[in-house]
Amino acid sequence: MIINGVTIDQTFAEAFPMKATRAIITAQNEKWAMISAQAMTGFATSVIACGCEAGIERVLSPSETPDGRPGVSILIFAMGGKGLAKQLETRAGQCVLTSPTSALFAGIDEGKQIPLGKNLRYFGDGFQISKKINGKRYWRVPVMDGEFLAEATTAQVGAVGGGNFLVLAESQPQALAACEAAIEEMRKIPNVIMPFPGGVVRSGSKVGSKYPALGASTNDAFCPTLKGVTQTDLSPEIESVMEIVIDGLTKEDIDQAMRVGIQAVCDMGAEQGIKRISAGNYGGKLGPFHFHLQEIMA
Amino acid sequence: MSALTLTMKHRLDQRVDMSPLVCHKLAGLTPEQIGAIELQCGKQKIRVDSLFKIQGDDTQNLIIANSFAKLDYIGKELQGGQITIEGDVGAYLGMQMQSGVIHAKDDAGLYAGCEMKEGLLQIDGNAGDFLGAALPGNKQGMKGGRILVKGNVGERAGDHMRRGAILIEGDVGAYCGSRMVAGTIAVMGQCGRYPGYAMRRGTLLFWQAVQAPATFNDCGSHTLAFLPILFSSFGDLNSHFAEPSEVFNRVQRYGGDLAETGRGEILVKLA
Repeated sequence: MIINGVTIDQTFAEAFPMKATRAIITAQNEKWAMISAQAMTGFATSVIACGCEAGIERVLSPSETPDGRPGVSILIFAMGGKGLAKQLETRAGQCVLTSPTSALFAGIDEGKQIPLGKNLRYFGDGFQISKKINGKRYWRVPVMDGEFLAEATTAQVGAVGGGNFLVLAESQPQALAACEAAIEEMRKIPNVIMPFPGGVVRSGSKVGSKYPALGASTNDAFCPTLKGVTQTDLSPEIESVMEIVIDGLTKEDIDQAMRVGIQAVCDMGAEQGIKRISAGNYGGKLGPFHFHLQEIMA
Repeated sequence: MSALTLTMKHRLDQRVDMSPLVCHKLAGLTPEQIGAIELQCGKQKIRVDSLFKIQGDDTQNLIIANSFAKLDYIGKELQGGQITIEGDVGAYLGMQMQSGVIHAKDDAGLYAGCEMKEGLLQIDGNAGDFLGAALPGNKQGMKGGRILVKGNVGERAGDHMRRGAILIEGDVGAYCGSRMVAGTIAVMGQCGRYPGYAMRRGTLLFWQAVQAPATFNDCGSHTLAFLPILFSSFGDLNSHFAEPSEVFNRVQRYGGDLAETGRGEILVKLA
């Protein structure tokens, strides 16, 4: 398959099941909601070392938030429910509770309930106040700027992590420009995040390593500087490869995000140095969800 | 199906226990069987059909017409369905109701909504003392649900209240929220003396200035984020509480009762 001169490999991305939740952070204005959201989703690029993968889903207008203030919705993914609950609580406690004027709400109602503000309330040292409104419990925790309002719980749902595609280009600036265009379009899709810095990862990994302690290592088949010394997957003109990783609440959400992302890359075309789209395929060792590039773009 | 309508034929000297006439107990009964139910009236038992004219057959939508202030225990322990009362009602309206809707179109007597657990109790007229309170000797009053009163309310509203919301569009008497354990009481009108007397936790929300008792301390003026959420939960009510113009989040906060644990609060709307 070739789109606008860009070859779409006959391969697939492999993804794996995860647990996820959504939280809504509001504040006095969008600036401070975003600051809090960025703090909460910081250092959350990969479960390999961060404990979770998290990102900002979108900005919410005051009419879309529970307290009528500007807000930001974030998604957090982890390999299991316990890990998710721990990451959520730790990050909410250190990044939202601490952030001026912030409030924190559940972004998903249906599903197994996990603590959001339920345990953060103890920061109130006995002065915290519970309010049960429309069947939902909220905690009002007195803090130095007024009150921190947090919904007691949010719901955990099954999700999919690790959807991806690779952009192969003739130069590093061209690869990055294509990925930036893809990310801009993909951020319009609900229920997905691209957890790496700016949505783009330049250090794609393979499963395993020559060093027994490491479970993952550099994807040498796609490293352009190793074309002559390893079993490469790159043709001579490829000078840079970048990857976009997608976590989504469902397989269909990732399908849609990959479709718009790959299309944005292909719109730049071979004339702008974009040569191929491939995907992280680990021969079935990684996960049960397979995203076939040519099927997605058909 | 049309609403099951019980129209009172004549008024009695003695009070009547109406607790058998709740939707869940009437489900599946024919009008003849309902007519044969006996109600306690003083020392006597009287048949429903001797006291009421029975029309309609939808037992989950019960209308009591031509009611008067000696019909007690209407909607006691109600479990679903709707009861509408045209005319005054006696004491213990909606006592311990568990779900459903009770709509009293005129005044209600003592202990309306006492120990209520869930559902909606709406009183278009005035309500007597001990609205949403605990029965004498009991430690917990209203435990959930919502009570809306469009008129005025007597003394001791929300006494020992544990959870839920009492919304009063008119005035409220003395000792509002006395011995309150938790929950919310909102009053648009004037408040009598000693609001929040011996309250442990919970929120008293006033539209008009109040004289906070000596055992409440002024905590200053604040913008509280939970108030818009609280008001949005009233959006389904046919009430001034549902009007967007009534939404506010700036309040003067008084903490107390410091003669108790002091975790309660009186919030007064700031202009």
